[in-house]
Parts: sequence; C-alpha cells; structure tokens
Amino acid sequence: MMPTVLMQGNEAVVEGAINAGLKFYAGYPITPSTEIAELCAEKLPFVGGKFIQMEDEIASMAAVIGASLTGLKAMTATSGPGFSLKQENIGFAAMAEIPCVIVDVQRMGPSTGMPTSPAQGDVMQSRWGTHGDHPIIVLSPSSVKEAYYITIQAFNLSEKYRTPVILLMDEVIGHLREAVNLDEYKDVEIFERPMPQDKENYLPYQYIENGVAPLAPFGKGFRFHVTGLAHNEKGLPTNDPKVTEKLIKRLIGKIENNKKDIVMFEEKDTEGGDILLISFGSSARACEAAMQELKKEGIKVGLFKPITIWPFPDKKLREIYPRFKKVFVVEMNTGQLYYEVDRIIKGNTYVGKINKFNGEFFTPFDIVEKIKESF
Amino acid sequence: MSSIEIRLSGSGGQGLILAGIILAEAAILDGKNSVQSQSYGPEARGGSSKAEIIISDEYITYPKVLKPDILLTLAPSAYLWYKNDMKENGIIIIDESIIPNDEDAQKVIRLPIIKTAQEVIGRAFVANIISLGVIAELTNVVTKESLERAVLNRVPPGTEEINKRALTEGYNLVKMRGSEIWQKQMI
Repeated sequence: MMPTVLMQGNEAVVEGAINAGLKFYAGYPITPSTEIAELCAEKLPFVGGKFIQMEDEIASMAAVIGASLTGLKAMTATSGPGFSLKQENIGFAAMAEIPCVIVDVQRMGPSTGMPTSPAQGDVMQSRWGTHGDHPIIVLSPSSVKEAYYITIQAFNLSEKYRTPVILLMDEVIGHLREAVNLDEYKDVEIFERPMPQDKENYLPYQYIENGVAPLAPFGKGFRFHVTGLAHNEKGLPTNDPKVTEKLIKRLIGKIENNKKDIVMFEEKDTEGGDILLISFGSSARACEAAMQELKKEGIKVGLFKPITIWPFPDKKLREIYPRFKKVFVVEMNTGQLYYEVDRIIKGNTYVGKINKFNGEFFTPFDIVEKIKESF
Repeated sequence: MSSIEIRLSGSGGQGLILAGIILAEAAILDGKNSVQSQSYGPEARGGSSKAEIIISDEYITYPKVLKPDILLTLAPSAYLWYKNDMKENGIIIIDESIIPNDEDAQKVIRLPIIKTAQEVIGRAFVANIISLGVIAELTNVVTKESLERAVLNRVPPGTEEINKRALTEGYNLVKMRGSEIWQKQMI
C-alpha cells in the first residue's frame, strides 16, 4: 500500500512517464514546465534513462525523435513559445510515424505572454500547429492524480498508434500540489512497442487498414528509410499520387477510426437539466465548484469533460447535449474548443462561451454569474 | 471542520512557499486532504510571493483559495494587497515590522516573527517555520506532532534542531500573548 503524498502536477507527469517506461528526455527549460525537466534530470539516471538539455526547443524535439527511433520511449516538455518552435519536428514525427510524448504546460500567450500565468490558449495549436493534414492525439488532465494516469496513457497511445501525443497541461495543474494516492494505478497496463520479425522483407510503412506496422529500432539489422517526404511502404520518397493518397488516408484513419479506443472523457450529472457545461483541464474544476453553487439555487447543471481533446469525443457529446436546454463551453481562452462543440451541435441547441484570458484562473463565481445572466 | 483556506504571503526568498508545502503535508499526516498552490513574479527573490493551502476532510474540488480563513503576512505590500480579501471573522497575522491601519489595529494579530528568527534563533531564514508554529498554536489547523514531522521531512539535514526550536518559538509567541489575542478574536 502506497502512502498518500503531496505531489505537484508536473511531478506527477514525470512519475507517470517513468512508470510508462520513459528512457529519454530532451528539453530546454521554460516556465511553467521546468519542474518536468528538473525531475527527469534527477530521476532518469536511476532507471537507466538519459536526460539531455539541448541548445534549444527545436533541437530538443529532434533529439526526442532520434531517441524514439532507437527504440526508447521519449518525451519533452515545454510551454507556448517552445511549443511553437517544436511544430516543424512534431509534423515530422507525425509523417514518419515516430512515437513520442510532448508536454505543453500552457501559459498566457500569445508570444512570450505572461510566463507564470495560466491559460488554455493552445487548444487549436495542439491540433493544427504543424502544417498539412496530420494525425494527432491530445490529452488534458484536470488534477494531479489524473496527470499521472493520463501521462501513462499518452505513452501507451503514442506507442500503439506510432504518433506524437500532446499532453496539454495548464499552469494551474502543472504547479498545483495535491494529496494523491497512486495505489489504484499500480496495475495499469503499459503498452510495449512490438518488434518486427522479418528483416529481409521489413516494411516500416506497410499498408494496414486503420493501423500501423511495428517500428524497428535502429541498429538491430532492419534496413529502412525515414523521411518527412511522402513515402512508400519501404519509407522511400515518392511523388506517386496513388501511394501518397493511400498513405494520408491511413495516417488519418489510424486515429479517426480508432476513436473508441483513444477517446477518454468524464461526465457528471448528465442525465439532463438546464445547462450543460463543457470544460477541460483546470477549468473543469472551477465548473464543478460552480455546479455546487448553482445546485443550491435549483439550477440543474451537468458537466462533460473531455480528457481526449483531439480527437474530440463527438459521439458522446451528441448523445448528451439534447438532454439540456443550453450548452456553455468554459475555457481560459477567447473560445477555441467552442468551435469544435459548435460544429458538433450544429445550431440544434444554444451554445454559449464562458471565457477568461487575463492570466487569472476562473473562480466558480465567474461561471455562476455568466450562467445566471443567460436566464 | 469542512474546509479551511490559508494564505501565506511575503517577499520571494522568505520561504513561504516551502512553509505552504510543509503545512499541506502536515495535514496529510493528520489524515486530511490538502492542496497547495502558489503564485509569484518572474524574479526568484524580492518580488511578492504567495502560498495558498486548503485543508479539508473531503475532496477539494476548486483548488485555489478564494476567501482565506487565515492570512499570515511578513511583508507590508502583501498585507495591504490581501487584508480586505478575508472570510468574515478570518484571522490576520502580521509581522511586527508591518504597521497596520488604525481601523485594522484592533483586530490583526501582530507578532515579532522576523525579529524572533533573527535575534532569538539567530537565523533570519527560519521566519517561515516560526510562522507555522504560530498558525498551529493559534488555530489547531494541524496537530503539532504532524507539523513537526512534516518540518523535519522537508528541511535540509543539519538544520533539524534549529527548525524544531523555531517551531517552539512560534508556539511561544502565541502563548505569551494568549489573553490579548483571545480578546482580539472576540472583537
């Protein structure tokens, strides 16, 4: 039985990553993610892993991709400005199908913004930050305990689908310390990268509908080519429209057609009522507190909390929202996840926005007030 | 006890974030739930610094302090900034170096925390631990046994005795002024 301990969100990410098998971290320190780098530097040598502080954010992402190609589970952590710099290489990892986990502890932007202040302004960047049609998985935890569990799932999904996974944290959860007991997660399944068998006929980009071929680690005798160019099943560059179309369809399909396996969410009091709140990360905590206040006044409020932000749990939302009179998307930005919710609800129910973008965290009253105004 | 909100504030470098962590860990040792958060400017020392702790018997939904039950402050700027942001009947503890406004003078508890650290213990850096002793003696928000264990778990090796003395001095600051403090709380 593990004891209950006080743990910081960023610390929980490192604990979860090491539990999931993290063996390589490359990064460049940036507030509010720096504790992740510090703790990886401290802890990785004890589990046979390597930590390296690279010369910049771009190189850190490149090093993570390189390490993953040798067969290691690899991670980096950053915040908005660094996340922008990493986008080119995130696209490379998506195209070349190299598993890796990128933590973005969001702070107030745009640009260098307010380094120590919270925000959730990278929702759309986490989906479309790198160019071209590409697959991505984005997960967002709303407590320290969840940060631990979701980090493990980030690695599992990344390895299983050979894709970069973005762990979209925010400053509130990154720096929050909470009493946690991780005992319930001690038997959580860890996905290990499968090893291909046939060295002679190895196809790293074999066409498998909605799936991926196993990725051979460099240095084990499998000869193959890795490129950001459109490529055939061997990994060699191609200009063939048919081959390219098939590749892109598979890249998108491996995520879109496995949503059932990838999508995680939580719901609270969603049997029906006046208002459905949709929120994620730390903002969902403010929503829960607001719900308690509104309940006292007889207003029936439900909460839908996507943990997988991308791909968005659209099927579940379609099931829930008709039970409510109005929907509000609550987020610390000027309205980003709102667009995805609006796309799904298609004007069938009123969708409103509750936003905060001044570097301060929501109070429950911010939300209570906006909801009362809507009556 | 349903939920107690505590705010520790001062300047960066006074160790109040560490004090917040220790207080939250002491609550866990008491079998309670706790969260701790902080805010600070970009500078490492000298800027304003704030540590917040919530202690509860239940799951803590909203993780930040809204209206503190207890405010302890070691810097004048932090006092002015936070003093009007209290729960009704909340307790304000300020360092003796801070001069309260006339209208507040009757209700704040003013104690020589920094002076005791410098002159009695001889180490200015234990003002944070003395502060924890003051809070424990005054409010029983954590037990003294758990607080002492939590302090010893966190302080650097070789400083255990100094820190234990700092806790005791914190308890004593309150004990010595017991009747006066009791009267203030009646007001």
